[in-house]
This record gives sequence, structure tokens and C-alpha cells, in this order.
Amino acid sequence: MKKMMKRALALLMAASIAVAGTGCGNKEKDASKKADTIKIAVSAEPDNLNPMLSAASDTEGIMMNVYESLLTFDTDGNFLPCLAESYEIEDEGLTYRFKLKKGIKFHDGKDFSAKDVKYTYETLAGLNGSEPLKQVMADVLEAVETPDEETVLFRLKHVDAGFLCKCIVSIQEKDYKDDETHPIGTGPYMFKEYLQGQKVILTKNPNYHTVESRIPEIENVEFRIMTDNNAILMALKSGGLDIATVQPENIEVLGNKFEIVEGMRNAVQLMSMNNAVAPFDNEKVRQAVNYAIDKDEIINTVTKGHGRRLESFLSPSMQAYYKDDIKGYETNLEKAKELLKEAGYPDGFAITMKVPSNYQEHVDAAQVIKSQLEKVGIIVEIQLVEWAQWLDQVYKNADYQTSIVAHTGKLDPQDFLNRFTSTYGKNYFKFSNPEYDQLVIDAASTTVQEERAEIYKECQQMLADHAAAVFIQDPYLIYAVNKNFTNMNIYPVTFYDMGSIRTVK
Amino acid sequence: MNEKRRNANLVTGVVLVSFLLLMLIVSFFYLPYPPNKMDSVNTLAMPSMQHLLGTDNFGRDILSRIMKGSQMAFGIGFGAVLTGMVVGVILGAVAGYFGGWIDEIVMRLMDAKMAFPGVILALVLITVFGNGIGNMILALGIMSIPRFCRMTRTGFMQIKEMEYIKAAKSRGISDLRIMIFHILPNISSSLLVTFTLGISSAILSEAGLSFLGLGIQPPHPSWGRMLFEAQSYLLTNPMYAVIPGVMITILVLGFNLLGDGLRDYLDHRMPQREEEA
Repeated sequence: MKKMMKRALALLMAASIAVAGTGCGNKEKDASKKADTIKIAVSAEPDNLNPMLSAASDTEGIMMNVYESLLTFDTDGNFLPCLAESYEIEDEGLTYRFKLKKGIKFHDGKDFSAKDVKYTYETLAGLNGSEPLKQVMADVLEAVETPDEETVLFRLKHVDAGFLCKCIVSIQEKDYKDDETHPIGTGPYMFKEYLQGQKVILTKNPNYHTVESRIPEIENVEFRIMTDNNAILMALKSGGLDIATVQPENIEVLGNKFEIVEGMRNAVQLMSMNNAVAPFDNEKVRQAVNYAIDKDEIINTVTKGHGRRLESFLSPSMQAYYKDDIKGYETNLEKAKELLKEAGYPDGFAITMKVPSNYQEHVDAAQVIKSQLEKVGIIVEIQLVEWAQWLDQVYKNADYQTSIVAHTGKLDPQDFLNRFTSTYGKNYFKFSNPEYDQLVIDAASTTVQEERAEIYKECQQMLADHAAAVFIQDPYLIYAVNKNFTNMNIYPVTFYDMGSIRTVK
Repeated sequence: MNEKRRNANLVTGVVLVSFLLLMLIVSFFYLPYPPNKMDSVNTLAMPSMQHLLGTDNFGRDILSRIMKGSQMAFGIGFGAVLTGMVVGVILGAVAGYFGGWIDEIVMRLMDAKMAFPGVILALVLITVFGNGIGNMILALGIMSIPRFCRMTRTGFMQIKEMEYIKAAKSRGISDLRIMIFHILPNISSSLLVTFTLGISSAILSEAGLSFLGLGIQPPHPSWGRMLFEAQSYLLTNPMYAVIPGVMITILVLGFNLLGDGLRDYLDHRMPQREEEA
């Protein structure tokens, strides 16, 4: 019995040490520097190597090195030619005519031509008779025609201002069946090996010339699947990784061996308020909350200053559409109290805040907001919920009062602003405004970019005026890049652009 | 022969636990700073005269949070083990005293309970009933029922065969009275030991659950939660992680040594009683 106790004691102590846990770093044997391989950390296992069947943005970020699309985008989200040389919009936005580049080959040596584009789009939209793989594509695409080897014509069912974004689709080789196990594309890197739970290895495509700035220099790329932040730091320091995203608090730990590359990640961190339930059904209360919160303090404590303050629901990453002179809310406690009094809550009220427990930046922001709102008499009770529960209770069923989360954008501003329309299925903000709905509908059928941008700017101001939520910040994406390498680009969507990476001599 | 070592266990345990108790008592009357007060200028400060143990990532005083956290730790530890003991002793007493099919049912229930790993069971309970201190105490309490139940049952089975119980029965004393006044006092010392050891494992589970983001909700200070939050700052401010880790270790070690020492001390005092399994 006594022995057992001793053993139990030893176990308990071991357990407490484990709880105190230090992240054990992945031991790297080959710490010796070889510039012909670059190792970059990714946080999630690829969900499917076939781009048509994959939904994870991390996977897409890797596979965009292997596959290419008709158009590509630069770091500001502007479209650039890629497999297509040029395009024209005809029939008042109902037909898109693409002219393809010549002399491009797939990794297996076969020529790329219009038939591959037709095959890809028909499979996605279900025009070949089977189930559509992407419903959004099926909703808009009427037919794909190939008058000759170098021309593709898309005929649309209705005008869709966001169609160019649908031209960022990995083009796959017609009649090639093994994309899931051995993907073949036209990109700057060729697929070599995927070791489950460990890494994806790509190797240089020596014949690549489609996009000049992305002609690869480094021989091999390894995407290491790593999730633990401390393990990633250790690996960076020991030479087991060359590039990884790091947390703002860890930048100084890395020392001078690394260049820090940071930029907006096209996301909006916000505190949502359920517009349909008391007290947030009152616009004055929502405005009061906006006045009571000090966004700069949140950015300074939670992201250590590595974030861009926002006033509405669009990140400045979307340069062409972002309204930079928006009228927002400067912190003003007197004004907040006054508005609360007008709304009938002179003594404040108590609310609950459901925060997803797996996102430390949101849990941290919640704690700062709690202490800020206390100053105007609003008592916040933070409830941590698991991600799956959050999706079910908050995102799906809007069973909440307030919450904090970040929404990530795509290349089309519609993906952001759509979320506040009353017809959007996952409008858990319960913001409902017919005028706003109409604006978003109008924007979708306006193909002139400037006009479309004007409408979206109006939408942003409207969300701020009605205090639909508290829009906090776009937290920066921070890469630590080994100083042996340079030119790591940050794009508005996840894209580990390895073709652009250069070595430093 | 082992006299000295026994005493050493007991003394160390008493010293460690009294240190924590002292901190607990002080925390009710005095804290250096309000435990949730943030100071965005002074984050992750190293120990200084203003902040004896430094500050965390929000600029909150770590010493104040550790002290406030001791209330949480003791509250949950005692609450949970007390709940477990009351239920466990009742079930164990009934099973051990009456035997037969009641015993069979109770013990199979306990076996079923023990088939689940404790933390998983607590996780399930918290997911079903929701987060909160009350539910946490309940979940951890349920976890500690079997150890009390089994111990009480064994004690009751042994003692109910003794002559004086038979004598009491023949005098027509009610079963309830025999159980409470004639048998229970005989196992009180073993209960005390189990209780002490139970506290350390309950607090460890609490720390574990809070570390996983269940348990205590922020910004309330809990040692497990503090450890979890310190995780991202291991390389920038290791003190932040070390302090709650040390506190948990002191507490677990203290209660274990106390329990161990207490057992030896009580066994020594009553050499005639055979050790129960």
C-alpha cells in the first residue's frame, strides 16, 4: 500500500511537470545549412491533395505551387495573367473570353491547352453530367466553349461581378486520374512526396516560365506539419525550419538570425453582438459599446501592436474596395454612458460572451474588453466554448449575446460584406437592414470595378453607423524568415509563394 | 525504526500545507493588487519591488493572482472531495453493512465508474452540464466517489463481524444507529487519510481541466489556467509559467506527504488494527 502511494506520488509529480509542460522541439539531425532545401512550417495536415476536393486554405496555400490558374493575384489582391495571357468581357458581362499562353507543359511533359481548362471547369460545375463539386460554380456557369486550342469562352447564367475570382481555380490535366496521390500541374514546383503527419515535399520545375517573378530558384521545398508554437520556435532556432509564422510575443526571442516579414492577413477580428436580442437590439447600446471599447489597447496588449485598427467589416488588404476615411468610434466613456442612459440602461447590465477556447488571441481580447466595459457598468461573463460548440451555438444557431472571433476573407469583397445581409444563412450577427441587402445585390451585378467599389464603401460606412458589431483589427500575419532567404510575400489569401523565394548570397 | 522518516513526511507535509493555508487566509484580507486589474504599459515584467513575482501578459500582478487562485484551488479541492466523501461513504456503508445484492449493485456501479478515465469523465460532465465552478466541483466529486466507497465498504465488512456489533444487534439497536455510532468512528482515521490524498488529486485534475480551457473561466485566476496562458510566453518570461507550476507542485506534494505521514502516524498509534486493502 505504501509503495503504491509512493508510486502514485511519483506519478502525480510527473503529471504536474507535464502540466507545466515545455514544448519539446523536433530534434533536427541535419542542422547543417544547405541552401538547396527550404523548410517551412504549416499548421494543418492537407485535407486532400486534389484541389477540386480540398476545402482547407492551408492545403490550397501549398498546392498553388503545384497547380496554377487562369489568373493569379499580387500582394494587394489585383489580378495578374497566369495561364491566361489576356481576357475580354463580352455581352455586357455574360461572356468571358480568355486567351491562353502558349508553350506551357504539365509536369509530366504533356502540353497545356484549352481542353484542360474546359475539363476542370466542367467537372467543378457539373456540366459533364455528374454532381457539381463546387455549387457556386454551378450557379453561375452556363457553358464552357473552346473555339481553338488557345481560347476559352465562359458563358454565364447571369452577370456576376465576382467571376474573375472564380478564375483562381487550379487547372488540372484532362484524363489524369491520380491527382489525389500524385498531383500534376503546371506550377513552379512539382510534387515529390507526402509523408502523412510529417511533411509535403516539392521539387523545382526546371521548365517553368509562366509567371516570370515566380521562376523557382531553390531545389526542394519541405512543408513541415507542425502545430505547437514552442516546438516551431525551437525548430527555427535549431535550423530545423527556415520559415514559419510566429506569435508577436516571440519575435524578440528569435534573435538576429531571422528577418521578420509581417502584413495584414485579410481578416477582421470583431466582437459580435446579437442584434436580435436585448439589450443589443437597441442601436444606441451597440454604439455605446463601440465608444466604451479602446481598440488600441486591445491591439497593444493582445497582438503587441502587430495589428491594423479597423472601423468596419473589410480589411485594407482589399485595397481597391477598402474605405479608408470611414467615420468610426473613438473611445469616449462619457458618450458611452450617455448613450446607455438614453437607451434606458443608466446602471449598465450584465451579459455573457462566448469565446472559442482554442484561439488565444480571442480569449485574450475578451479579457481586455471585459475590463474596459466594466468602466461603463457593463458586466461581462466570459464563457469559453470548444470550437465545435462555438460553430453550433453561435455561428449556426445564433444562440449567444456577444462573442469574439475573426473572419477571413477571400479575394472577392463580397465574401466579407455578404455576411451581414439578412438573407445570408450564417448571419449570426442578426443584422437586418433592407437598404444594406439591396446595396450588396447591386454590387454583385456591377462589373465596372470603380462603381462596385463605391457601393462597397457605402456598405462599410453603413455597418459602422449602425454599429453592427465592434470591428477591432486585422491581426498581422508574421513570418520569421531565415536570413539565408528573402522575398517571402504575404497575400490576401493563404499562399506560400515558394517560386518567388530567393537565396541571399 | 522508520519513526524518523515517518515524522519527516508528516512534518514536511504540515509545513507545506500550512504555508498554503496561510496564503489562503491572507488572500481574504489583503491582496497587493486587484487580481484582474490590467496595466498595458507594464506587461510581462520581471519580479521587482512593485510586483514581487512580476506581471503577466496583461500586466496583471502574478502574486495577487496566485493568492486569489489559492482560494479557487482550496475551494474546489475541499468542495469536490467533500462531495465525493459524503456520497462514497453512504454508498460504501450500505454496501458493506447489508451485503448481498445491494453490495453487488453498488460495487458494479463503482467498477463501471472506474472504467472511465477520470479526466475524460469530468470532460464529458462539463460538456453536458456546462462550464462553471459548481459543475466542476460536481464532476471532480463524482470522480472521487469510488475511493471512499471501496474503503468504507471494506471497513464496514470487517467491523460488522466483531463481537460488540453482534452484541449491539442482539440488544435491538437499529441498523442506522449501529452504522453511524458503532462502526463509522472506527474508520474515521482512514477516511481522514483518504480525504487528504483526495484533495491533491482533485486539485491536480482542476489544474489539468483549466489547462485544457474547461474548468475555471477567465479572467478568474486559477493556477492551471495561469499555466496555460503562460505557455506562449515560455521563452520570453519563463517566470510566468514556473510560478503556478511550483505552486501546484507544492500543493500536491504537501497534501500527499501529509496524507502519507498521517497514515503512518495513525497506524502507529493503533497497531492492533490491520491494514485495509
